[in-house]
Amino acid sequence: MATAAKVSPASAGRSAVVLRAQRSLWQDAWHTFSRDRLAVTGLVVLAVITLGALVGPYVWSDQGKEIDFGLSLSGPSLAHPFGNDDLGRDLLARAMLGARVSLAVGVSAVVLAITLGTTIGAVAGYFGRLDNPLMRLTDLFLSLPVLPLLLVLVYLFKDTLQRTIGLELGTFIMIVSVIGFLNWMPTARLVRASFLTLKQREFVEAARSVGAPHGRIIFRHILPNSLSPVLVAATIGIGGAIITESTLSFLGLGFPPDQPTLGRILYEAVNYLDFAPHWAIVPGLAIFLIVLAINFIGDGLRDALDPRRKI
Amino acid sequence: MGRFVARRLLVAIPTLLAISFVMYAILALAPIDPLAGFAADPRVPPEVRENIRRSLGLDEAWPYRYVKWLLAAVQGNFGISFVSRSSVSDLLWQRLPTTLAVVGVAYIVGVIIALPAGILSAARRNTVTDHVISLSAYIGFSVPTFFTGVLLIIIFSIKLHWLTFLYDSRVTVHDLDSLVVQIKQSIMPIAVLGLFDAAILTRYIRASMLENLPLDYVRTAHAKGLAERLVVLRHVLRNSLIPVVTLVALGVPAVFGGAIVTEQIFHVPGIGALLITSIGNGDTPVVTAVVLIFAVLVVGFNLIADVLYAVLDPRVKYT
Amino acid sequence: MAPAARGAGGDLKILYWQAPTILNPHQAGGTKDNDASRLMIEPMAAYGPDGKPIAVLAAEIPTVANGGVSKDLTTVTWKLKPGLKWSDGSAFSSADVVFSWTYRCDKDSATTTFSKCADVASVKASDPNTAVVTYTAPNANFYLWGVGSTEGILQQTQFKDCVGTKAKDCPANLKPIGTGPYKLVEFKPGDVTTYDINPNYRDANKPYFKTVTLKGGGDAESAARAVCQTGDIDYGWNLNVPLSVLQPMLSAADSKCQFPISYNALERVTLNFANPDAALGAKRSEPDTKHPYLSDIHVRRALAMASNRAQIAEKQYGKPGGEAYCNVAVFPRSKNTDSLDVCKYDLAAAEKELQDNGWVKGTDGIRAKGNVKLVISYITTTSAIRQNNQQILKADWEKIGFKVNISNSIADTFFTNTAPDGYAKFFADLQEFASSQDPDATDFMDSNYTCANVTGQANNWNNGNTGRYCNPDYDAVIKSLKAETDQAKRDALVIQANDILVKDVAVISLVNRTAPTANGFAKTLKGVKQSPFESSLYDIADWSK
Repeated sequence: MATAAKVSPASAGRSAVVLRAQRSLWQDAWHTFSRDRLAVTGLVVLAVITLGALVGPYVWSDQGKEIDFGLSLSGPSLAHPFGNDDLGRDLLARAMLGARVSLAVGVSAVVLAITLGTTIGAVAGYFGRLDNPLMRLTDLFLSLPVLPLLLVLVYLFKDTLQRTIGLELGTFIMIVSVIGFLNWMPTARLVRASFLTLKQREFVEAARSVGAPHGRIIFRHILPNSLSPVLVAATIGIGGAIITESTLSFLGLGFPPDQPTLGRILYEAVNYLDFAPHWAIVPGLAIFLIVLAINFIGDGLRDALDPRRKI
Repeated sequence: MGRFVARRLLVAIPTLLAISFVMYAILALAPIDPLAGFAADPRVPPEVRENIRRSLGLDEAWPYRYVKWLLAAVQGNFGISFVSRSSVSDLLWQRLPTTLAVVGVAYIVGVIIALPAGILSAARRNTVTDHVISLSAYIGFSVPTFFTGVLLIIIFSIKLHWLTFLYDSRVTVHDLDSLVVQIKQSIMPIAVLGLFDAAILTRYIRASMLENLPLDYVRTAHAKGLAERLVVLRHVLRNSLIPVVTLVALGVPAVFGGAIVTEQIFHVPGIGALLITSIGNGDTPVVTAVVLIFAVLVVGFNLIADVLYAVLDPRVKYT
Repeated sequence: MAPAARGAGGDLKILYWQAPTILNPHQAGGTKDNDASRLMIEPMAAYGPDGKPIAVLAAEIPTVANGGVSKDLTTVTWKLKPGLKWSDGSAFSSADVVFSWTYRCDKDSATTTFSKCADVASVKASDPNTAVVTYTAPNANFYLWGVGSTEGILQQTQFKDCVGTKAKDCPANLKPIGTGPYKLVEFKPGDVTTYDINPNYRDANKPYFKTVTLKGGGDAESAARAVCQTGDIDYGWNLNVPLSVLQPMLSAADSKCQFPISYNALERVTLNFANPDAALGAKRSEPDTKHPYLSDIHVRRALAMASNRAQIAEKQYGKPGGEAYCNVAVFPRSKNTDSLDVCKYDLAAAEKELQDNGWVKGTDGIRAKGNVKLVISYITTTSAIRQNNQQILKADWEKIGFKVNISNSIADTFFTNTAPDGYAKFFADLQEFASSQDPDATDFMDSNYTCANVTGQANNWNNGNTGRYCNPDYDAVIKSLKAETDQAKRDALVIQANDILVKDVAVISLVNRTAPTANGFAKTLKGVKQSPFESSLYDIADWSK
């Protein structure tokens, strides 16, 4: 199977037909994905940002936490290419520190929300018996008052979590779970709706008639066809999660005030928009690029995984 | 269908009861206090605060308070606000028109923008049109409302002096002049909210259209030699509208929940603003009422969405 | 200035980012409610900018000299201005004064102004124009009853059916009739309040503005914009934003706002003298535990010396916001502390203090003695300024070998006695907040720092001494202060108490902030004389353009 990549251009036309049957779904998907220019661009951008976030703080000497009122709100310069904030801290360094946390929170929270939502939606849509109870649970979560709920969660868990697994990891898990557990409902509704329609389709009934087990029907036949709404929800969710994190910080539920995140830097910058607009540029641009890259990747993935594409 | 709706309505009652119970428990456990405003004020010493809590009935155990509240609530009596001492229903009625005029209109604007944008984006997939629409949508949902709100204020209120960012709930539209005033004071919050809604809806509509484009009946239509326009409008659109209608219906309760951030930025006295200040003030009667109404709407619109689904898509069977 | 004609001005626009929700000062949920009711409901007298009473409903301020106050300081006789009328045209009399006392001192009325009732034995009407207040004991603070924003007089006719348990949901709470310069037109709780001139107001030339619109909601930053940048608003309440946000608005060529300067709100870092270690379980931060390192005076002194008050005041507050402050009592102000080392920013001295007293740096750069490490948790409310203060202090403290973990919680949660991250339970080492003082500091000094007021489980975390500071020497001074009736001696005692707290670093004062709040108003607005002891709107009848 690995030979597929090494086929010489001359014989590509003929062998492709032969080899296609041998390629697994995932290899096939990667093949399509790698030809999608936008998707690959997205992947590269995301990789660059991730690398910047992981390595940047070690390379860029300024720690981003040094307070220097002499540099307060000064614009971009050679020493500080993105300028400084009100306490005179280097914004590039802060953005790199912030991107690390924001990316981790955004991706983990969305993975959690999508996994939960897809599972609940799939089960509800596929097994008619469980539909009602699961959807009523969804209603319950949709209508819970978020803010008091958050306050109760802090009240009950913050201390314990931070004590057992440390301040940073504890806060991280807390935030990811809060965003994840409060955002799975739309995905569940979408997946369920998709399942309700698809399970009546011919190909599913065909699979059922040849005695395919439920698991196989769900994972092989219906789920790949429902990926589109899931991916849309996921890619929209990441931007949302990065912003939501900043809101949580301002409720005292998020990271401590000296831990920058992209959302928080943007939030702090807002009040200076008219006389220090440079402050908002780094975090705003970074969030936008992350969202853009992830959406391109999501689109590429969807196309690559779409079973109908091959028709 | 009738039996399905009847059964769902019946199930709605225990659902709402469960929601109200969980919500009440959360509020009872949450560390909020109607007297927090007097903390650190030696003029309101502890005994006085305890006495006020007692007069508000907060000294009773919360399960007992819940039962009392529930019995009154089913008769439509949501009680008296802890902080304004007026009836909770009055407070809600006061906020409703403003909420509809801003958050409701914004949602409609969002849907009106998103429908053609999403359809066009899918029908012209991978063309410049699609890329422009998609890029705008990405910008739309990666820029938070707290940012766009302040940006608009700086441009239109502070630099240009065209619009006000202090929403006046006393304006009533009765002639052209008052209509202009109303538009001038609500256009910024509506734009901020509407564009945000539109960005998200566009992506969902596009996705749902794309789901239906490569289906058999579409190809059949093409094969019959129907024009692309007709195929898209008559066949794809009709079928893709099913999930879209569901999506739009499910978003309606959020309108009544208000838009906390935008309301705060533009000083719009909507239900979102009421909810957030009531939580801050520990004003549980108001919070419980808002949440309960919100729950009723969520359950109701979920039911409507499901019924619409069954009505519009004959393939969906309800058992 | 010639007296302006009544109602010559148009609409006065006021913005409160916390919206008023009730208009009865005795049921108020905060300053915002007190202020909104103050346009209608008035006390006998107000505390002026210098802390001295100014007659409002009273014909003159009773003193021992004019015979209004008895020689033994137990009875005070208040003469009313003649011919006073309520805004509905009915006559105001001492019966209303007596009624207001009955109303607010009925325990079942559950008023927020109940605390002063304990000291007042009776309020009686000796004739329709005279009310006599009798205290339970000789009271040096004889303006306790009748003066200030908590002392509003309600109309008996309107509130007579609202006494006791009926007070809770009395409709009059939302539309009180008063004697003030304005009467209510419309009140939307949590949103907007509109007032019209009171035709029966006692001063024929006042007020200048015909109507007042008090808009509520939003946040401090946008309120500052509305006052300073667009000029949509004439008067903005509590524009408590970092100086870096405010300064560009103030220094702009077309800036439309000004700020009065009157300081009386002590922003301070409270130190926890009990042990907040979570491992203690139910004993956490209980008064009978001892803080592992804050109980060491040298550690406290080091923290105080490494606190750059001047920088915080200059960069975060500026002139409109506050002044660097090292004392605890604001009135009278101690001069003895100026030369104290704990009031001077000196990192080297702070480091030496730790080094000389056995706190040595470990390999991780954190100082320790035995197995006690100088790791600090420092909490405050969510606010741009306070988060900056935290980070500025953290940077300095970490330079001398502390490790500081900062966190915050929203004010609504922080100021409760239930939240684990609230100021009352105080499950942290340090916490920062502010509060103001009366012209007489006794209450403040007593409730915040005496042993009897230490908070904890025993009093359901309701007491005011959240630092759990307990010092018998200090208590002795407060005890004599409470018994003293001579004003000069009282002042000396307050200063003595203040000096004990500062030298012992019972608390680290940072900034004496603008009081009552950092209100900004239009440059064109004239006649505003803010008093740090009064409601922001107490003198609204004197305002003009």
